[in-house]
Amino acid sequence: MADKVLMKGNEAIAEAAILAGCKHYFGYPITPQTEIAAYMAKRMPKIGGTFLQAESEIAAINMVYGAASAGMRVMTSSSSPGVSLKSEGISYMAGSDLPGLIVNVQRGGPGLGGIQPSQSDYFQATKGGGHGDYHLIVIAPDSVQEMADYTVKAFDLADKYRMPVMILADGTMGQMMEPVSLDLDIKPAPEKPWATTGTNCERKHNIINSLSLVPEELEKLNFERYEKYAHIQETEVMYEEYMTEDAETIIVAFGIAARVSKNAVAAARKEGIKVGLIRPITLWPFPTEVISKAADKAKRFISVELSMGQMIEDVKLAVNGKAKVELCNRAGGMIPSPEQVLEAIKNGGAE
Amino acid sequence: MTKQILIAGFGGQGILFAGKFLAYKGLTEDKQVSWLPSYGPEMRGGTASCSVIISDEPVGSPIVSKPDVLIAMNIPSLDRYEDSVVPGGVIIADSALIDRHVKRTDVTAVEIPATTLASENNMPTLANMIITGKLLEILDGFNEESIRAALGKVISAKHADMLEVNLKAIEIGSKL
Repeated sequence: MADKVLMKGNEAIAEAAILAGCKHYFGYPITPQTEIAAYMAKRMPKIGGTFLQAESEIAAINMVYGAASAGMRVMTSSSSPGVSLKSEGISYMAGSDLPGLIVNVQRGGPGLGGIQPSQSDYFQATKGGGHGDYHLIVIAPDSVQEMADYTVKAFDLADKYRMPVMILADGTMGQMMEPVSLDLDIKPAPEKPWATTGTNCERKHNIINSLSLVPEELEKLNFERYEKYAHIQETEVMYEEYMTEDAETIIVAFGIAARVSKNAVAAARKEGIKVGLIRPITLWPFPTEVISKAADKAKRFISVELSMGQMIEDVKLAVNGKAKVELCNRAGGMIPSPEQVLEAIKNGGAE
Repeated sequence: MTKQILIAGFGGQGILFAGKFLAYKGLTEDKQVSWLPSYGPEMRGGTASCSVIISDEPVGSPIVSKPDVLIAMNIPSLDRYEDSVVPGGVIIADSALIDRHVKRTDVTAVEIPATTLASENNMPTLANMIITGKLLEILDGFNEESIRAALGKVISAKHADMLEVNLKAIEIGSKL
């Protein structure tokens, strides 16, 4: 373990992004993700990159749009209210098929809300947030190591599919320190012949735009984009299964909720209760198939969330009536305890 | 084995630093560790706390709600967390700042005047490390090699000259 260092989740994201070749960071400070910006402010000038604290979140995401158009690996980060502000720009990126990384270290909402951990931006992240028909690939790490690993993966996926990718973390993931290895799986960014890098009078102009006023053409673009999304749903789903082989009750939880749930599953197993955990790592594409298959055997699912129950809708769609689906949750910056989850395992959560 | 440690006190007492030191010490001993600070408005002058977990197995939830060990460096921290300590656990309180005794009878209560000792030994900012020294003595003794290694990681290069005095503070605590 000699090569491991202790880092905050936020710092791990920032360092991993730099290692992945991200040379441009645009952001605006907000708790609990400000360490990302602080880290970038220190490191970017040293590697010849750009750290720019924009005048607002809206400006920052549009700077990301610009740098992505020029073919750069680029990112921004914020927390819940700030991501709402970025949503217009994220939709524009999706509509212009631009790669880029957006990090949301969630805090309690709605509105300005609080600064404690939350997962209540699940709908916003996975169902849109901005306007129009689009998806982001949404990755939910559950450790500091995964914050680093999936930041690298996010840049790869963004470039591979020419679309924005979101890391959906929460205040705990951002603030906690764990040992992390920075020996990451770095691949060079692919060529980007579509980027607006100057023609040298040798090729046609590349145009990056989300405006398309002829409905027949705009419809075609939407259909093409959804073919890409269908391919991603088939090939890029990531999840972890924990003690599910013989489980009669299956918890579905991501991020910090999965960490808490693992404690509860371990405690329940000690009492002989057959319970397991499915942890979606990609929230979009959602691991529908694995949950659907598990529902052939399991009698009951419990969605453990730091929200009023958002992911539970996707769990219900996957279970499709084959088993009961219950909710075990806290909201507004509170985190369920392992005891609360254990209680839900034993005596049922909210239906 | 898993040890769940909660350290709590005022902002400025080095609560987070002591926690980081313990986490790094675990890391240098090839343990699984997590460190989670409170990051609320308490950072701006109120109470501060951090959860540290040191384990032989992967750490599940990083949140310590039922500590095996509580370090309380002020009255509000003892008031707030005393009842959460597991039966048979340990409470270490800075008796220089806390003018009451630990009420629990089912835990090992250790009351040491860390802040007074820090002043007397000309290291007024290191009550946190004196009390951490006591914790180490209770948990696994004074192992200078791993303490040095952890201090080397947690103290930035800019403040490298502070290593010896931190080590001294830990030693003072461990001999109490």
